Amino acid sequence: MADRIILRVTRYRPESDTEPTTQEHEIPLRKEWSVLDGLNHIKDHLDGTLSYRWSCRMGVCGSCGMTVNGEPKLTCATFLGDYAPGPVRVEPLSNFPVVRDLVVDIGDFMRKLPRVKPWLIRSEQEPPAAGEYPQLPAEREEYEQFSMCINCMLCYAACPVYALDEEFLGPAAIALAQRYNLDSRDQGASERTDVLSAAEGIWACTFVGECSAVCPKDVDPAGAIQRYKFTAAMDSLKALLLPRGAR
Amino acid sequence: MEPFLWLLFSAGGVLSALLIPVLLFLFGLAFPLGWVSPPDHAHLSAVLGHPVTRVALFGFCVLALFHWAHRFRYALYDGLQLKHLERAINLFCYGGALAGSAVAGYLLLAVL
Repeated sequence: MADRIILRVTRYRPESDTEPTTQEHEIPLRKEWSVLDGLNHIKDHLDGTLSYRWSCRMGVCGSCGMTVNGEPKLTCATFLGDYAPGPVRVEPLSNFPVVRDLVVDIGDFMRKLPRVKPWLIRSEQEPPAAGEYPQLPAEREEYEQFSMCINCMLCYAACPVYALDEEFLGPAAIALAQRYNLDSRDQGASERTDVLSAAEGIWACTFVGECSAVCPKDVDPAGAIQRYKFTAAMDSLKALLLPRGAR
Repeated sequence: MEPFLWLLFSAGGVLSALLIPVLLFLFGLAFPLGWVSPPDHAHLSAVLGHPVTRVALFGFCVLALFHWAHRFRYALYDGLQLKHLERAINLFCYGGALAGSAVAGYLLLAVL
């Protein structure tokens, strides 16, 4: 393995640039180095003005999502050695406005997320003295994978529907709604229906499946959406065929 | 409307994925190449003449056509980015599926 590799990093400085540009840096190639380690090396030793987000370095915080050689990746979990001999292209996540260099503005998702009420809703709040809400392991399994989402936005960057229509609620927000809909302790599914069943909710998804392919936590947002499509379609069918009292 | 169109799409997709490969294998490969001895004409004709077979084939044709309509509509919307022609596309796709269903119905229920 060669001991150096070239990183082609997208730069965009809104105060001076009208268009994003590419900057090349040659960095050491070490077996244990992730792409994020390479960026940190650039920032610490070569060009301190490079901007990007990161925090935990262990695939938990979801802040270091970038486009690596054209694919949305968590840069802390993507190893430089896998791209040897290089060069490696590092760009900001697609489908989001770029704030600076590799930093994107995820405000669109942050505004959409609370609309699906991603928290436990109870029809009546019981006092803490009444005890916890018990749950069987099998009931936990129903929603567990959807609770692994770290809001890293790789699914939004990969989604071709979101690329065409930014009104689309998007994979992570729908998967997180299903995380609560499928939780045996939750009683709020009906409060999420209007947002999920809207034209820009589940029905905008055409099941390309890229969201599930790129998810670093093995969440299956495409599966969550198709499952909810079935639920919503059955509800519509019942509303059409059954008298009000029997639904 | 979308939930109902999706149900038709979904049912058509499942049925097509399950049945078409079997039919293609039998009538396209296995019978012509003599891997399986083919049923004689009188036998097939009797199976096809039974009302249950006709209704089942009719349902299969309708669902497969609506599956096509929905898929092709989104291929035009997103693939070719023609969403601004929404009305014409919907008319062409679902109208085409309805017309195809009518032809299938005529052939299966009236002609055969």
